[in-house]
Amino acid sequence: MREVAILGVGQTAVREHWDLSIRQLAVAAGRAALADADVSRVDAIYVGNMTSGNLNEQHHLGALVADHLGQWGVEAVKLEAACGSAGSAMRQGIIAIASGQMDAVLVIGVEKMTETVMEETTAALVTAADADYEGIHGVTFVSLNALIMRRYMHEYGYQHGDFAPFAINAHANGAKNPNALFREPITQKIYERGRVVADPITLFDASPIGDGAAALLLVPAEQAPGAVRVVGSAVATDTLAVHDREDMLWLKAAQQSAQRAYAQAGIGPEDVDLFELHDAFSVMAALSLEAAGFAERGQGVRLAQEGEIFPDGRIPVATMGGLKARGHPVGATGLYQIAEAALQLRGDAGAAQIEGARIAMAQNIGGSGATIATHILRNPIAH
Amino acid sequence: MEVSRHWRLQEQRYKLVGETCDNCGVKLFPPRDVCLECAAPAKELYTFTGLGEVYSYTTIYDAPAGFEQQAPYSVALVKLEEGPIVTAQLTDMDEDEMYIGMPVEMVTRKLRTDGDEGMIVYGYKFRPVQFEMAVK
Ligand SMILES: [Zn+2]
Repeated sequence: MREVAILGVGQTAVREHWDLSIRQLAVAAGRAALADADVSRVDAIYVGNMTSGNLNEQHHLGALVADHLGQWGVEAVKLEAACGSAGSAMRQGIIAIASGQMDAVLVIGVEKMTETVMEETTAALVTAADADYEGIHGVTFVSLNALIMRRYMHEYGYQHGDFAPFAINAHANGAKNPNALFREPITQKIYERGRVVADPITLFDASPIGDGAAALLLVPAEQAPGAVRVVGSAVATDTLAVHDREDMLWLKAAQQSAQRAYAQAGIGPEDVDLFELHDAFSVMAALSLEAAGFAERGQGVRLAQEGEIFPDGRIPVATMGGLKARGHPVGATGLYQIAEAALQLRGDAGAAQIEGARIAMAQNIGGSGATIATHILRNPIAH
Repeated sequence: MEVSRHWRLQEQRYKLVGETCDNCGVKLFPPRDVCLECAAPAKELYTFTGLGEVYSYTTIYDAPAGFEQQAPYSVALVKLEEGPIVTAQLTDMDEDEMYIGMPVEMVTRKLRTDGDEGMIVYGYKFRPVQFEMAVK
């Protein structure tokens, strides 16, 4: 197996892009990654996306994006794993390079979800859940997470305000990222005054949807000696429905994919310098920290309260705003996370730079934990 | 909406018919052909009593398409007395009456409609256990 390097990074800002279609978003990010890598021709394109069929009446994104990038003839396919689509596309790109079958792969995550009415967007998102046994009861994605959060608070004795550090950290970091959707810091008081979306989830516990695309150009590491390496890559799955989980307060797929990625990298959580976690909802950030080994069961919120998730803490998270402030274009998010982790390791994170970061981890969650992709990156050059 | 898609789930939606695993004995709802506990084939039908307790709950204000007319409404995870947890709406109670551990029972109600002339889907919701049921 060959080691994989990230030679190019590209992204659009996360916005309501009224002027850009889904193909234009994907092409913009793809071209930016190709330009960053100084590569003109690729062997394959893997596109992560969730809702294009429902919201854009456009499937077949592999061929569409290859066509409009001028990469006629390449192998190209869309991968769908709900909000875990882009992390899953990354995984396929890595397998393609590592196996020796491909020498240059473009992975793109793209989502265009703000021009439909909210009821339609909400209905499209809930297709990530079990249609016959969750969706038919009128659940929304937010409400599934609200059910988990209420149970978490019940079992571990937390109050709503205890979750504030996740939002405060994300919004403070997003203010330093020009591609972030929200660029205003918030306070504890603002967090606690957030409108209730689905009790106990309020506005600042939920991440905003948006339009956007992020892309990476992957090559064999031997061809790119100074580039950021992908030293761990794994995807794991769990039951689709929350109600079928043996323990809904434990992200089994996060634990499994993280353990596989740690084993490949030959490291443990203590070696990770920053963690781009999937803070689609505050409780998911806590559960990710626990399942990935940064906190004991039920202690993810405590870790945040102790300040350890902030840029100067033990394990900085959401360093460029996370899903909460950068925004959550669902099927693109997994590649925003990895793009941000790569920029941090390159020293290209601007005002959001975590000094001296050498090892970064990104974890992308599909649905309410049914598909989880974990990637570990390492900078080969010591600072 | 397609009629057959809901018709084939009528035993589950109206009567909570699940399965028992021949191999490990666990009771399964929703039914699945491969046991959630031991991965053996599960085929034996089992009708759940419909009694359980609220495991978690929330209220939805921003409903997905097809449910707008019902909003706001409450959904819950209900732990059935036989073990499995199901996702369903809570009905016949106000939000401030709900609590984790509340005893509830299954009732059949309208789940969703498809416009003024479309199909109406019925199925299970849960309400507070009625007094005579509680004293068993
Ligand atoms: Zn069994």
